[in-house]
Amino acid sequence: MMAYIVRRVLYVIPILVGVNLLTFLLFFVVNSPDDMARMHLGVKRVSDQAIAEWKAERGYDKPLVWNAGAEGLDKLTDTIFFDKSVRLFAFDFGQSDSGRNIGHDIAQRMWPSLAIAIPIMLVGLAVNISFSLLLAFFRGTYLDFWGVVLCVAMMSVSGLFYIIGGQVLLGKLLNLFPISGYAPGPDAWRFLVLPVIIGVISGIGSGTRWYRTLFLEEVGKDFVRTARAKGLSERAVLFGHVLRNALIPILTGVVVVIPTLFMGSLLLESFFGIPGLGSYTIDAISRQDFAIVRAMVFLGAVLYVLGLLLTDISYTLVDPRVRLQ
Amino acid sequence: MGFQPVVLATDALIYLLLALAVGFALYARRHEHLRAPWRQVAASRTAMGALVVLVVYVFIGLLDTVHFRPLQGQDAQGRPRYATEVLSLLDLITTPLREHREKTYSAPFATHLYMRETIELPDGRKVRDYPRLKWGGAHLADPADRAADIARRVAAGLVLGLAIWGGALLLAARGRPARFRCLLRAPELAALRSAAWTGLVVALLLGLVLTLAGVWHLLGTDKVGEDVFYQSLKSVRTGLVIGTLTTLVMLPAAVLLGIMAGYFRGWVDDVIQYLYTTLSSVPGVLLIAAAVLMMQIYMNNHQAEFNSLAERADLRLLFLCLILGVTSWTSLCRLLRGETLKLRQLEYVQAAQAFGVRHFTILARHVLPNVMHIVLIVVVLDFSGLVLAEAVLSYINIGVDPNTNSWGNMINSARLELAREPVVWWSLVAAFVFIFMLVLAANLFADVVRDAFDPRLRERT
Repeated sequence: MMAYIVRRVLYVIPILVGVNLLTFLLFFVVNSPDDMARMHLGVKRVSDQAIAEWKAERGYDKPLVWNAGAEGLDKLTDTIFFDKSVRLFAFDFGQSDSGRNIGHDIAQRMWPSLAIAIPIMLVGLAVNISFSLLLAFFRGTYLDFWGVVLCVAMMSVSGLFYIIGGQVLLGKLLNLFPISGYAPGPDAWRFLVLPVIIGVISGIGSGTRWYRTLFLEEVGKDFVRTARAKGLSERAVLFGHVLRNALIPILTGVVVVIPTLFMGSLLLESFFGIPGLGSYTIDAISRQDFAIVRAMVFLGAVLYVLGLLLTDISYTLVDPRVRLQ
Repeated sequence: MGFQPVVLATDALIYLLLALAVGFALYARRHEHLRAPWRQVAASRTAMGALVVLVVYVFIGLLDTVHFRPLQGQDAQGRPRYATEVLSLLDLITTPLREHREKTYSAPFATHLYMRETIELPDGRKVRDYPRLKWGGAHLADPADRAADIARRVAAGLVLGLAIWGGALLLAARGRPARFRCLLRAPELAALRSAAWTGLVVALLLGLVLTLAGVWHLLGTDKVGEDVFYQSLKSVRTGLVIGTLTTLVMLPAAVLLGIMAGYFRGWVDDVIQYLYTTLSSVPGVLLIAAAVLMMQIYMNNHQAEFNSLAERADLRLLFLCLILGVTSWTSLCRLLRGETLKLRQLEYVQAAQAFGVRHFTILARHVLPNVMHIVLIVVVLDFSGLVLAEAVLSYINIGVDPNTNSWGNMINSARLELAREPVVWWSLVAAFVFIFMLVLAANLFADVVRDAFDPRLRERT
């Protein structure tokens, strides 16, 4: 088991190196730092000196990968590649283009993101499993048929509609919750209820349909037939055999997304003005702050790979039949 | 009227896609193993109903794909001079919609503008009131007749729609009543009946649009007074282009790499797996954002390379398809690798290997045709997700060009107006309804196609 985990962790390293090289290519080779400076300072009427100053302030004035003018090891380390890309491996995100410390911002903004992402995941899981169990219980009836149609219809609605519709209906017309905003500390719950409700509702369609497929898969298996043959009630079969076995794919599906919860939800956070990592990313994109986008790309990749790793490990824990090869 | 045909980059790719679709249809007709699942699709009531809706969208999109520049007189040497503005057949058909511009917002079926203005009365006095619209309901002398006029036109539209539907049915039955009776009763034609009923709804809507859209703003006007219904129609093409071309541009790479990884295994497999794991571990939105930001810089710094605004917007759309393709080919590649791993164990592949057939011949002749159904399923399944993604990306400003008509841009520009009193809701609702109809039809159709071609895939997609 330990050897397996170690091998999986070692496999993560080349992937992160690949992501790192990819972002470096995208940000520094496709367009030179000069282009970026010109974009920030305005395209027309910008002097070479202003560009040079902008680059020097942000450390973009060094050579890309090889500093011929430096001594010894500095030939490699006194470069943009080392400063901006290699340092990411130590989670040293450096300064944003507007001069703030990115690592500090991320550590602060992580909590509001988690405060809405975790309730959405837990409540969503409970709601989706209950609905899909209901559909699986009534499989083959009109309730099941129209339930699936409703799921497909809900999946076809744009996520933006849920958010805007929820804000207008629950926030503006019924006046139940504040439309947007955030307060630190225990007061935050008033601002979190509406985004959580909307987040759960927008996930019902695909979640319920997916879990229903998993349940129906189990319903057709031999051990379920045996359980019925023993004379168990339909309810006991559904909860004791179907649900328990279907939990394996459900749980591993959940484990994948746990690390990415840190990244927050781009849309929900920016619509509701919640100062999490999702709105941080969106703000950076619209302000064209490349340093932050670069940091978030790397962070997102790390969390995603971590999710895959946890999935593989949890598979071997919950289902011993999975061989460790 | 003279014109000069214009073929934008996405137009060319759409024509290519059409040619591929026709080619595939001809190929499938001659092969029983492909014809059978399509027959199953054709026998499904949901699929045929959804297909009618999809056909309507595709028809609008294709009309909007034939671009040209109209003649604008002659220059001094007598050579024809063409307008700089690029139009499409759809623009030509909807000329009244396109040219009936108001000053600013107006509600659906409004006779007056949304905002008060200072109006000079005939006797010289000035009052602040809602002015009459220039086009919407301008044919009425008295705005109070609005309800009566709309009711009259709705009735006429419904009659016209029924007539169109009846005419289409007559044409389909070629005037033989026996076929009608058959269509009404035969249980095996249930799917055709569902298509016919959907067709009735479409025909009625068409009738209503024909009688109403010329004189009213069906869905109101937006901030600069443009007809929202016209914008929604123009956005159809953008949605379809993103949904289809994205998968088309990534297809060659995904198919080639996927079957190569599964077939050759060893280090080829390792490299390809590494490639797609790396790409898929970058969060999709961020990769798109980074690439679009870089493209914006490039376009800003190389403005001289684009001949016209239309061309620039079109290239940006194509680039968006490319970058969306880069983020979405990995799942197809993974599925194809898995399927090829299974196929290469089968007897006919091993027999071909034993005969000494070259690897690439085996791939082309024995492996590729047997994974094509997965490609088809993924293309159809991905479509709706991509249409929805366009709206979200345009909202974050990393989607299509702000000047391109798209549902995302409509939502984005209308979103801030919800704070106004009374609420300006029509742009949002129009965009959402158009997206919803398309995506719902695509989802329903895709489910049937997947179940017909490979029910096992349900677990993996």
